[in-house]
Amino acid sequence: MTRPVIELRAVSKVYGSGDTVVRAVDRVDLVVERGDYVAVMGASGSGKSTLMNIIGCLDAPTSGSYLLDGVDVRRLDDRRQATIRNRKIGFIFQSFNLIPRTTALSNVELPLAYAGVRSAERRQRARAALARVGLADREHHKPSQLSGGQQQRVAIARAIATNPVLLLADEPTGALDSHSTDEVLALFDALNASGRTVVVITHEEDVAAHAHRVLRMLDGQVVADERTGAGTGR
Amino acid sequence: MNVRESAVFAVRGVVANKLRSGLTMSGILIGVAAVIILISAGTGANRSITDQITALGANTLTITPNSTLAGGRNNQARNGGSAATAVNSGTEIRTSQLTIEDAEALVDPVLAPDVGLVAPVVSPQAITATYSGATHTVTTFTGTSPSYLTINSNTVQAGVPFTDSDYLGRRRAALLGPTVAKDLVGGDGFSIVGQTVQFNGVAFEVIGVLAGKGSQGPQDRDDVVIAPLTAVRDTLASYGNLSSIAAQATASDRVNSAQDQISAILVARHHVTPATADFTIFNPSSILETVNTVTGTFTLLLGAVAGISLFVGGIGVMNIMLVTVTERTREIGIRKAIGAQRTDIVGQFLLEAVFLSVLGGSIGVVIGVLVGSAKIGTFQLVVAPYSIVLAFVVSVAIGLFFGWYPANRAASLRPIDALRYE
Repeated sequence: MTRPVIELRAVSKVYGSGDTVVRAVDRVDLVVERGDYVAVMGASGSGKSTLMNIIGCLDAPTSGSYLLDGVDVRRLDDRRQATIRNRKIGFIFQSFNLIPRTTALSNVELPLAYAGVRSAERRQRARAALARVGLADREHHKPSQLSGGQQQRVAIARAIATNPVLLLADEPTGALDSHSTDEVLALFDALNASGRTVVVITHEEDVAAHAHRVLRMLDGQVVADERTGAGTGR
Repeated sequence: MNVRESAVFAVRGVVANKLRSGLTMSGILIGVAAVIILISAGTGANRSITDQITALGANTLTITPNSTLAGGRNNQARNGGSAATAVNSGTEIRTSQLTIEDAEALVDPVLAPDVGLVAPVVSPQAITATYSGATHTVTTFTGTSPSYLTINSNTVQAGVPFTDSDYLGRRRAALLGPTVAKDLVGGDGFSIVGQTVQFNGVAFEVIGVLAGKGSQGPQDRDDVVIAPLTAVRDTLASYGNLSSIAAQATASDRVNSAQDQISAILVARHHVTPATADFTIFNPSSILETVNTVTGTFTLLLGAVAGISLFVGGIGVMNIMLVTVTERTREIGIRKAIGAQRTDIVGQFLLEAVFLSVLGGSIGVVIGVLVGSAKIGTFQLVVAPYSIVLAFVVSVAIGLFFGWYPANRAASLRPIDALRYE
């Protein structure tokens, strides 16, 4: 049994104080095993984005403990947290968040550059990642020259370039048409099938249907946790 | 993330907004150019004054008698109210004596070891030269000894200089400045050599034409005639006092001690004290030092004024970098989310600020050097090499200093806030 990728213990995120206190995430326990494909669902305001920020080391929980791939991230300083984000997590955002005026290849190379990978190897790995998402012929295009679906696939290439233990997607299909949505979801399926751990935050049932495990959140708490289809959580 | 990659991002950031980058750079550009140009003006002024003083002669000292204004009432009382002083409107001008014996006394290896050459000088005024119908009013007519030519750095470009035997033989020979020679015969003036010219009706043979020294301000230093003192005293000047004595120190670092020795000898001969000395020793070297101090201060002042504009340019860089950081908050968030370290972000924006100021500074240096080498009228600006280095280093420092705050502000943004920023 390998160690879980995500291990949340009684994690809470509280905003404000006194009468105006808001518990965005309220004592959540969550274990995600390696190779799993998890969808976190909930209406807006349910706390799923806050949970994603905590999982992605973009925000610190108010209380509770969080082990990412066995590392207690609450104890890490800014510099180490940046390194953790770089090495262990691949982010995919709703609005793609590519660097504008920068080619697809350079965008994919960026996390490798921050990781200190040498130029030649970086180029080779970035090309491989772009080929993996089927955009090998678009490497010199800038984001403005790519369709939404293509931009999101570049973002996925960027997320997998550093070979992270966790792919963390926040509404990855929220800005895409149905055709592009299918492409992106097929890509997630394929990446998961090849052993990557995927966590998707979404409010769309269609997207969640691809996952092996679906969490439903309401008012900061996980109210349902069910396995679907063939999902067994390796 | 190495420096080269950060540099590429920085250049991209600058190029992405050309107009804004250009305007920001112009602030630094104008500041740097102003520093170089104004320091060039100061250096040029210093060079110009230095040249003029140096042209008065290397290591030379000029001793002139003092014209002392004695209190008229005292004199009147002493003189018993004679008619002569009564018309003198209350004051009497007493000119001290500077004799040829004074000049000879200065050549003394014991009392004045640092004094080299000494030349007595008489300068009769209002001398008009006449030659076959042409006339010329000579500005400076000098009767002196052959040493004067060496002391005064005069060379003869046509003909020969006069010699000790000419001096002792009271030969009526004259050396003409180029202005006088050209005015009398036209052309280069050399054809006057060997001819006889009348000075106030006294015939002198022209034995040579001096090399030109050019103008110094309004004074034409080529409008001169030099002749043996003995001959001039025989004809144009009286046998009275000398107009001045020219002396030369043995070396440039002996000028001040030579001045002291001359002063001591003359004080003793004239039976006065240094405080009541009836002569003045004009020392160009000491004046040069004073002038250098004054123009140095002047240059510093100009540089400081220009430095203020450079500082204002730096504030412009900071302003635009703050705007850039705000504008690119989202990009900063993305970079941090995918693992950029604080130092990566600081480096990127700091480099961008330095790049802006260095590019502006470089163009400013080019413009500054071009304008700083120009000649405005007769005033030649002189680019001081140190000002180029200074302006360039300061512009880099400005980029670092004024880029520091915006870059750190960018780096300390929390990724979650930066990503949410629209």
